[in-house]
Amino acid sequence: MTAVRIPAEDTRADCVLRAVDVHLSFGATPALQGAQLSVARGEILAVMGPSGSGKSTLLHCLAGIFTPDSGEIWFDGQRLDTLSDAQRTRLRRTAFGFVFQFGQLVPELSAADNIALPLLLGGTRRKAAYASAAAWLDRLGLGALGTRRTGELSGGEAQRVALARALVARPQVLFADEPTGALDSLTGEKVMDLLVDLVHEEGTTVVLVTHDARVAAYADREAMVRDGKVTTPSEVMVAE
Amino acid sequence: MSVPLTLLGLLEREPSHGYDLKRDYDALFGRGKPLPFGQVYSTLGRLARDGKVLAGESEPGAGPDRKRYLITDLGVTEVAAWLTEPVEPEPHLQSVLFAKVVIALLLGRPAEQYLDTQRAAHMQRMRELTDMRRQAGQVDSLLADYGLFHLEADLRWIDMTSARLQSLAQEVGAR
Repeated sequence: MTAVRIPAEDTRADCVLRAVDVHLSFGATPALQGAQLSVARGEILAVMGPSGSGKSTLLHCLAGIFTPDSGEIWFDGQRLDTLSDAQRTRLRRTAFGFVFQFGQLVPELSAADNIALPLLLGGTRRKAAYASAAAWLDRLGLGALGTRRTGELSGGEAQRVALARALVARPQVLFADEPTGALDSLTGEKVMDLLVDLVHEEGTTVVLVTHDARVAAYADREAMVRDGKVTTPSEVMVAE
Repeated sequence: MSVPLTLLGLLEREPSHGYDLKRDYDALFGRGKPLPFGQVYSTLGRLARDGKVLAGESEPGAGPDRKRYLITDLGVTEVAAWLTEPVEPEPHLQSVLFAKVVIALLLGRPAEQYLDTQRAAHMQRMRELTDMRRQAGQVDSLLADYGLFHLEADLRWIDMTSARLQSLAQEVGAR
Protein backbone atom coordinates (compact mmCIF):
# COMPACT_ATOMS: atom_id res chain seq x y z
CA MET A 1 0.00 0.00 0.00
CA THR A 2 1.13 3.52 -0.69
CA ALA A 3 -0.30 6.80 0.54
CA VAL A 4 -1.63 9.33 -1.93
CA ARG A 5 -1.63 12.55 0.03
CA ILE A 6 -4.36 15.08 -0.59
CA PRO A 7 -3.58 18.44 1.00
CA ALA A 8 -5.54 19.27 4.14
CA GLU A 9 -8.07 22.02 3.53
CA ASP A 10 -6.92 24.63 5.98
CA THR A 11 -3.16 24.40 5.60
CA ARG A 12 -2.80 25.46 1.98
CA ALA A 13 -0.23 28.23 1.79
CA ASP A 14 -0.94 29.67 -1.65
CA CYS A 15 -4.69 29.88 -1.24
CA VAL A 16 -6.60 32.11 -3.67
CA LEU A 17 -10.15 31.23 -2.60
CA ARG A 18 -11.48 30.09 0.75
CA ALA A 19 -14.84 29.34 2.29
CA VAL A 20 -14.86 29.33 6.09
CA ASP A 21 -17.79 27.75 7.95
CA VAL A 22 -20.28 28.93 5.36
CA HIS A 23 -24.01 28.57 6.06
CA LEU A 24 -26.76 29.48 3.63
CA SER A 25 -30.45 28.58 3.64
CA PHE A 26 -33.17 29.19 1.09
CA GLY A 27 -36.20 29.80 3.27
CA ALA A 28 -36.36 26.88 5.67
CA THR A 29 -34.16 24.70 3.46
CA PRO A 30 -30.49 24.63 4.46
CA ALA A 31 -28.20 24.49 1.39
CA LEU A 32 -24.81 24.94 3.03
CA GLN A 33 -24.17 23.91 6.62
CA GLY A 34 -20.67 24.84 7.64
CA ALA A 35 -18.92 24.39 4.29
CA GLN A 36 -15.13 24.71 4.44
CA LEU A 37 -13.01 24.80 1.30
CA SER A 38 -9.80 26.31 0.04
CA VAL A 39 -8.46 26.47 -3.49
CA ALA A 40 -4.79 26.93 -4.30
CA ARG A 41 -3.62 29.36 -6.97
CA GLY A 42 -3.43 27.65 -10.36
CA GLU A 43 -5.24 24.58 -9.09
CA ILE A 44 -8.14 22.86 -10.84
CA LEU A 45 -10.52 21.74 -8.11
CA ALA A 46 -13.51 19.54 -8.91
CA VAL A 47 -16.49 19.98 -6.59
CA MET A 48 -18.61 16.86 -6.69
CA GLY A 49 -21.67 15.59 -4.91
CA PRO A 50 -25.19 14.28 -5.40
CA SER A 51 -27.97 16.47 -6.79
CA GLY A 52 -29.09 18.95 -4.16
CA SER A 53 -25.97 18.49 -2.05
CA GLY A 54 -25.09 22.20 -2.28
CA LYS A 55 -22.19 22.09 -4.73
CA SER A 56 -23.56 24.74 -7.11
CA THR A 57 -24.61 26.90 -4.16
CA LEU A 58 -21.05 26.70 -2.86
CA LEU A 59 -19.73 27.79 -6.28
CA HIS A 60 -22.13 30.75 -6.27
CA CYS A 61 -20.93 31.75 -2.80
CA LEU A 62 -17.26 31.46 -3.78
CA ALA A 63 -17.96 33.61 -6.85
CA GLY A 64 -19.76 36.29 -4.84
CA ILE A 65 -23.10 35.67 -6.54
CA PHE A 66 -24.75 34.49 -3.31
CA THR A 67 -23.98 36.01 0.07
CA PRO A 68 -23.80 33.47 2.90
CA ASP A 69 -26.04 33.81 5.96
CA SER A 70 -22.92 33.32 8.05
CA GLY A 71 -19.30 32.38 7.54
CA GLU A 72 -16.64 33.99 5.39
CA ILE A 73 -15.59 33.94 1.75
CA TRP A 74 -12.04 35.07 1.03
CA PHE A 75 -10.61 35.86 -2.39
CA ASP A 76 -6.96 36.75 -2.85
CA GLY A 77 -6.59 37.99 0.71
CA GLN A 78 -9.81 40.02 0.92
CA ARG A 79 -13.26 39.26 2.33
CA LEU A 80 -15.67 38.82 -0.55
CA ASP A 81 -18.90 38.39 1.39
CA THR A 82 -18.65 41.81 3.05
CA LEU A 83 -18.19 43.75 -0.19
CA SER A 84 -21.07 45.79 -1.60
CA ASP A 85 -23.06 44.45 -4.56
CA ALA A 86 -21.33 46.93 -6.86
CA GLN A 87 -17.89 45.92 -5.63
CA ARG A 88 -18.67 42.24 -6.09
CA THR A 89 -20.07 42.86 -9.56
CA ARG A 90 -16.86 44.67 -10.52
CA LEU A 91 -14.77 41.85 -9.09
CA ARG A 92 -16.74 39.22 -10.99
CA ARG A 93 -16.21 41.15 -14.20
CA THR A 94 -12.48 41.62 -13.76
CA ALA A 95 -11.23 38.64 -11.75
CA PHE A 96 -13.68 35.82 -12.43
CA GLY A 97 -14.83 33.98 -15.53
CA PHE A 98 -17.87 31.72 -15.79
CA VAL A 99 -18.88 28.75 -17.89
CA PHE A 100 -22.25 27.15 -17.31
CA GLN A 101 -24.10 24.21 -18.79
CA PHE A 102 -26.62 26.26 -20.78
CA GLY A 103 -27.60 29.68 -21.89
CA GLN A 104 -24.67 31.86 -21.05
CA LEU A 105 -24.24 33.17 -24.59
CA VAL A 106 -26.46 35.79 -26.23
CA PRO A 107 -27.91 33.82 -29.16
CA GLU A 108 -28.73 36.89 -31.27
CA LEU A 109 -25.11 38.07 -31.16
CA SER A 110 -22.23 36.62 -33.19
CA ALA A 111 -19.51 34.48 -31.65
CA ALA A 112 -17.09 37.44 -31.87
CA ASP A 113 -19.65 39.77 -30.22
CA ASN A 114 -20.13 37.32 -27.35
CA ILE A 115 -16.42 36.94 -26.74
CA ALA A 116 -15.77 40.69 -26.95
CA LEU A 117 -18.65 41.48 -24.57
CA PRO A 118 -16.80 41.16 -21.23
CA LEU A 119 -14.00 43.37 -22.54
CA LEU A 120 -16.42 46.02 -23.80
CA LEU A 121 -18.27 45.99 -20.47
CA GLY A 122 -14.92 46.40 -18.74
CA GLY A 123 -14.10 49.50 -20.76
CA THR A 124 -11.79 48.08 -23.43
CA ARG A 125 -11.98 49.98 -26.71
CA ARG A 126 -14.04 48.30 -29.42
CA LYS A 127 -11.16 47.67 -31.82
CA ALA A 128 -8.97 46.09 -29.17
CA ALA A 129 -11.87 44.00 -27.81
CA TYR A 130 -12.67 42.57 -31.24
CA ALA A 131 -8.99 41.92 -31.96
CA SER A 132 -8.82 39.88 -28.74
CA ALA A 133 -12.01 38.06 -29.68
CA ALA A 134 -10.57 37.19 -33.10
CA ALA A 135 -7.37 35.90 -31.51
CA TRP A 136 -9.37 33.68 -29.15
CA LEU A 137 -11.53 32.39 -32.00
CA ASP A 138 -8.37 31.38 -33.87
CA ARG A 139 -6.88 29.83 -30.75
CA LEU A 140 -9.98 27.67 -30.33
CA GLY A 141 -10.13 26.67 -33.98
CA LEU A 142 -13.28 28.75 -34.52
CA GLY A 143 -11.80 31.43 -36.76
CA ALA A 144 -14.33 30.78 -39.52
CA LEU A 145 -17.30 31.13 -37.17
CA GLY A 146 -16.70 34.63 -35.80
CA THR A 147 -19.65 36.20 -37.61
CA ARG A 148 -22.03 33.31 -36.97
CA ARG A 149 -24.77 33.87 -34.40
CA THR A 150 -24.18 31.65 -31.39
CA GLY A 151 -27.73 30.35 -31.62
CA GLU A 152 -26.71 28.71 -34.89
CA LEU A 153 -23.65 26.93 -33.47
CA SER A 154 -23.46 23.29 -32.42
CA GLY A 155 -23.31 22.53 -28.69
CA GLY A 156 -19.57 21.93 -28.76
CA GLU A 157 -18.86 25.08 -30.77
CA ALA A 158 -21.07 27.17 -28.47
CA GLN A 159 -19.29 25.82 -25.40
CA ARG A 160 -15.91 26.66 -26.91
CA VAL A 161 -17.15 30.21 -27.53
CA ALA A 162 -18.37 30.31 -23.92
CA LEU A 163 -14.90 29.21 -22.79
CA ALA A 164 -13.29 31.99 -24.83
CA ARG A 165 -15.73 34.52 -23.41
CA ALA A 166 -14.96 33.35 -19.87
CA LEU A 167 -11.20 33.62 -20.37
CA VAL A 168 -10.88 36.64 -22.69
CA ALA A 169 -10.50 39.09 -19.80
CA ARG A 170 -7.79 36.84 -18.30
CA PRO A 171 -9.59 36.15 -15.01
CA GLN A 172 -7.76 34.79 -11.99
CA VAL A 173 -10.47 32.20 -11.35
CA LEU A 174 -12.69 30.32 -13.77
CA PHE A 175 -15.93 28.96 -12.31
CA ALA A 176 -17.32 26.13 -14.42
CA ASP A 177 -20.67 24.61 -13.46
CA GLU A 178 -21.30 21.34 -15.33
CA PRO A 179 -19.54 22.75 -18.43
CA THR A 180 -20.03 19.54 -20.42
CA GLY A 181 -23.42 18.60 -19.01
CA ALA A 182 -25.26 19.29 -22.26
CA LEU A 183 -22.69 17.68 -24.56
CA ASP A 184 -22.17 14.13 -25.76
CA SER A 185 -19.16 12.24 -24.36
CA LEU A 186 -16.77 12.89 -27.24
CA THR A 187 -17.61 16.59 -27.56
CA GLY A 188 -17.45 16.98 -23.78
CA GLU A 189 -14.02 15.38 -23.79
CA LYS A 190 -12.79 17.83 -26.43
CA VAL A 191 -14.15 20.80 -24.48
CA MET A 192 -12.46 19.57 -21.29
CA ASP A 193 -9.16 18.94 -23.11
CA LEU A 194 -9.34 22.50 -24.38
CA LEU A 195 -10.34 23.96 -21.02
CA VAL A 196 -7.41 22.28 -19.25
CA ASP A 197 -4.91 23.31 -21.94
CA LEU A 198 -6.10 26.91 -21.83
CA VAL A 199 -6.12 27.32 -18.05
CA HIS A 200 -2.67 25.76 -17.81
CA GLU A 201 -1.38 28.19 -20.43
CA GLU A 202 -3.07 31.14 -18.70
CA GLY A 203 -2.30 30.04 -15.12
CA THR A 204 -6.00 30.30 -14.24
CA THR A 205 -7.42 28.72 -11.09
CA VAL A 206 -10.53 26.62 -11.76
CA VAL A 207 -13.46 25.63 -9.59
CA LEU A 208 -15.24 22.93 -11.55
CA VAL A 209 -18.64 21.73 -10.35
CA THR A 210 -19.59 18.41 -11.85
CA HIS A 211 -21.42 15.20 -11.07
CA ASP A 212 -19.43 13.43 -13.80
CA ALA A 213 -16.39 11.53 -12.54
CA ARG A 214 -14.78 11.57 -15.99
CA VAL A 215 -14.91 15.36 -16.00
CA ALA A 216 -13.70 15.55 -12.39
CA ALA A 217 -10.72 13.39 -13.37
CA TYR A 218 -9.33 16.39 -15.29
CA ALA A 219 -8.94 18.23 -11.98
CA ASP A 220 -5.94 18.14 -9.67
CA ARG A 221 -8.15 16.99 -6.79
CA GLU A 222 -11.78 16.76 -5.86
CA ALA A 223 -13.91 17.89 -2.93
CA MET A 224 -17.15 16.09 -2.15
CA VAL A 225 -20.18 18.05 -0.97
CA ARG A 226 -22.79 16.17 1.03
CA ASP A 227 -25.68 17.74 2.89
CA GLY A 228 -24.13 21.18 2.58
CA LYS A 229 -20.75 20.17 3.99
CA VAL A 230 -17.46 19.53 2.21
CA THR A 231 -15.80 16.22 2.83
CA THR A 232 -12.33 15.77 1.39
CA PRO A 233 -10.25 12.80 2.49
CA SER A 234 -6.91 14.04 3.79
CA GLU A 235 -5.11 10.85 2.90
CA VAL A 236 -6.00 7.85 0.83
CA MET A 237 -4.44 4.42 0.92
CA VAL A 238 -4.06 2.92 -2.51
CA ALA A 239 -2.89 -0.58 -3.31
CA GLU A 240 0.27 -0.53 -5.43
CA MET B 1 -8.10 -11.11 -22.78
CA SER B 2 -8.11 -14.32 -24.84
CA VAL B 3 -4.49 -14.85 -25.91
CA PRO B 4 -5.24 -17.64 -28.45
CA LEU B 5 -7.96 -15.66 -30.23
CA THR B 6 -5.92 -12.47 -30.15
CA LEU B 7 -2.94 -14.26 -31.71
CA LEU B 8 -5.28 -15.80 -34.28
CA GLY B 9 -6.57 -12.33 -35.12
CA LEU B 10 -3.03 -11.05 -35.59
CA LEU B 11 -2.30 -14.02 -37.84
CA GLU B 12 -5.38 -13.33 -39.94
CA ARG B 13 -3.83 -9.95 -40.71
CA GLU B 14 -0.69 -11.64 -42.10
CA PRO B 15 1.36 -14.82 -41.59
CA SER B 16 4.02 -14.20 -38.94
CA HIS B 17 6.87 -15.71 -36.97
CA GLY B 18 6.28 -16.28 -33.26
CA TYR B 19 8.71 -13.48 -32.43
CA ASP B 20 6.84 -10.97 -34.58
CA LEU B 21 3.51 -12.06 -33.11
CA LYS B 22 4.81 -11.49 -29.59
CA ARG B 23 6.18 -8.08 -30.57
CA ASP B 24 2.84 -7.02 -32.07
CA TYR B 25 0.86 -8.45 -29.16
CA ASP B 26 3.03 -6.62 -26.61
CA ALA B 27 2.82 -3.36 -28.56
CA LEU B 28 -0.97 -3.48 -28.81
CA PHE B 29 -2.07 -5.32 -25.69
CA GLY B 30 0.93 -5.83 -23.37
CA ARG B 31 0.81 -2.56 -21.38
CA GLY B 32 3.60 -3.49 -19.00
CA LYS B 33 2.65 -7.17 -19.00
CA PRO B 34 4.45 -8.68 -21.99
CA LEU B 35 3.46 -12.09 -23.21
CA PRO B 36 6.12 -14.69 -22.29
CA PHE B 37 7.77 -16.37 -25.30
CA GLY B 38 6.88 -19.74 -23.81
CA GLN B 39 3.20 -18.86 -23.82
CA VAL B 40 3.38 -17.65 -27.43
CA TYR B 41 4.87 -20.91 -28.68
CA SER B 42 2.73 -23.19 -26.52
CA THR B 43 -0.39 -21.34 -27.72
CA LEU B 44 0.70 -21.59 -31.34
CA GLY B 45 1.35 -25.30 -30.79
CA ARG B 46 -2.17 -25.84 -29.50
CA LEU B 47 -3.68 -23.79 -32.33
CA ALA B 48 -1.71 -25.92 -34.84
CA ARG B 49 -2.84 -29.11 -33.13
CA ASP B 50 -6.47 -27.95 -33.36
CA GLY B 51 -6.12 -27.11 -37.04
CA LYS B 52 -6.53 -23.35 -36.62
CA VAL B 53 -3.01 -22.45 -37.78
CA LEU B 54 -0.41 -24.10 -39.97
CA ALA B 55 3.26 -24.04 -39.05
CA GLY B 56 5.65 -23.67 -41.96
CA GLU B 57 9.07 -25.27 -42.29
CA SER B 58 11.81 -24.02 -39.99
CA GLU B 59 13.74 -21.20 -41.61
CA PRO B 60 17.45 -20.53 -41.06
CA GLY B 61 18.23 -17.68 -38.65
CA ALA B 62 18.79 -16.76 -35.03
CA GLY B 63 16.20 -17.37 -32.31
CA PRO B 64 14.38 -20.33 -30.88
CA ASP B 65 11.80 -20.79 -33.61
CA ARG B 66 11.91 -19.54 -37.17
CA LYS B 67 8.65 -21.08 -38.32
CA ARG B 68 6.16 -18.87 -40.08
CA TYR B 69 2.57 -19.44 -38.94
CA LEU B 70 -0.51 -18.86 -41.04
CA ILE B 71 -4.16 -19.04 -40.13
CA THR B 72 -6.43 -21.76 -41.58
CA ASP B 73 -10.05 -21.41 -42.70
CA LEU B 74 -11.09 -22.92 -39.37
CA GLY B 75 -9.05 -20.27 -37.58
CA VAL B 76 -10.64 -17.48 -39.65
CA THR B 77 -14.10 -18.83 -38.81
CA GLU B 78 -13.20 -18.89 -35.12
CA VAL B 79 -11.98 -15.28 -35.18
CA ALA B 80 -15.11 -14.17 -37.05
CA ALA B 81 -17.34 -15.86 -34.47
CA TRP B 82 -15.36 -14.36 -31.60
CA LEU B 83 -15.72 -10.89 -33.05
CA THR B 84 -19.48 -11.19 -33.44
CA GLU B 85 -20.27 -12.61 -29.99
CA PRO B 86 -20.68 -10.17 -27.13
CA VAL B 87 -18.82 -10.81 -23.91
CA GLU B 88 -21.24 -11.89 -21.21
CA PRO B 89 -21.96 -8.86 -19.04
CA GLU B 90 -20.88 -9.78 -15.54
CA PRO B 91 -22.41 -7.99 -12.60
CA HIS B 92 -19.24 -8.47 -10.49
CA LEU B 93 -21.45 -8.90 -7.44
CA GLN B 94 -18.79 -10.88 -5.64
CA SER B 95 -16.15 -8.23 -6.18
CA VAL B 96 -13.85 -7.06 -3.45
CA LEU B 97 -15.78 -3.79 -3.16
CA PHE B 98 -19.04 -5.61 -2.54
CA ALA B 99 -17.48 -7.98 -0.04
CA LYS B 100 -15.80 -5.18 1.92
CA VAL B 101 -19.00 -3.17 2.23
CA VAL B 102 -21.06 -6.14 3.34
CA ILE B 103 -18.44 -7.30 5.83
CA ALA B 104 -18.07 -3.74 7.17
CA LEU B 105 -21.84 -3.52 7.66
CA LEU B 106 -21.96 -6.95 9.25
CA LEU B 107 -19.22 -5.96 11.67
CA GLY B 108 -20.64 -2.50 12.38
CA ARG B 109 -17.50 -0.89 10.96
CA PRO B 110 -17.57 2.50 9.15
CA ALA B 111 -18.59 1.41 5.66
CA GLU B 112 -19.10 5.01 4.52
CA GLN B 113 -15.53 5.88 5.42
CA TYR B 114 -14.31 2.87 3.44
CA LEU B 115 -16.41 3.91 0.43
CA ASP B 116 -15.04 7.47 0.63
CA THR B 117 -11.50 6.11 0.72
CA GLN B 118 -12.24 3.81 -2.21
CA ARG B 119 -13.84 6.66 -4.13
CA ALA B 120 -10.72 8.82 -3.67
CA ALA B 121 -8.52 5.94 -4.83
CA HIS B 122 -10.70 5.48 -7.90
CA MET B 123 -10.54 9.20 -8.66
CA GLN B 124 -6.76 9.16 -8.33
CA ARG B 125 -6.56 6.34 -10.86
CA MET B 126 -8.98 8.16 -13.16
CA ARG B 127 -6.74 11.24 -13.02
CA GLU B 128 -3.76 9.10 -14.03
CA LEU B 129 -5.68 7.54 -16.92
CA THR B 130 -6.97 10.95 -18.03
CA ASP B 131 -3.41 12.29 -18.11
CA MET B 132 -2.35 9.21 -20.05
CA ARG B 133 -5.20 9.64 -22.51
CA ARG B 134 -4.39 13.30 -23.07
CA GLN B 135 -0.78 12.50 -23.93
CA ALA B 136 -1.30 9.22 -25.76
CA GLY B 137 -1.98 8.20 -29.33
CA GLN B 138 -5.28 6.69 -30.42
CA VAL B 139 -4.52 3.10 -29.31
CA ASP B 140 -3.45 4.01 -25.78
CA SER B 141 -6.39 6.45 -25.59
CA LEU B 142 -8.76 3.59 -26.31
CA LEU B 143 -7.26 1.57 -23.48
CA ALA B 144 -7.38 4.53 -21.11
CA ASP B 145 -11.03 5.12 -22.03
CA TYR B 146 -11.83 1.48 -21.32
CA GLY B 147 -10.30 1.81 -17.87
CA LEU B 148 -12.02 5.15 -17.25
CA PHE B 149 -15.48 3.85 -18.11
CA HIS B 150 -15.04 0.84 -15.85
CA LEU B 151 -13.82 2.99 -12.98
CA GLU B 152 -16.75 5.32 -13.57
CA ALA B 153 -19.14 2.38 -13.31
CA ASP B 154 -17.55 1.41 -10.00
CA LEU B 155 -17.89 5.00 -8.80
CA ARG B 156 -21.58 5.03 -9.63
CA TRP B 157 -21.95 1.85 -7.64
CA ILE B 158 -20.02 3.45 -4.77
CA ASP B 159 -22.30 6.52 -4.84
CA MET B 160 -25.48 4.44 -4.93
CA THR B 161 -24.20 2.22 -2.15
CA SER B 162 -23.24 5.26 -0.04
CA ALA B 163 -26.75 6.63 -0.47
CA ARG B 164 -28.30 3.33 0.62
CA LEU B 165 -25.98 2.42 3.50
CA GLN B 166 -28.57 2.91 6.20
CA SER B 167 -31.14 0.60 4.66
CA LEU B 168 -28.42 -1.83 3.60
CA ALA B 169 -27.17 -2.03 7.17
CA GLN B 170 -30.68 -2.87 8.34
CA GLU B 171 -31.04 -5.58 5.71
CA VAL B 172 -27.63 -7.11 6.33
CA GLY B 173 -28.17 -6.96 10.08
CA ALA B 174 -31.56 -8.66 9.69
CA ARG B 175 -30.08 -11.79 8.11
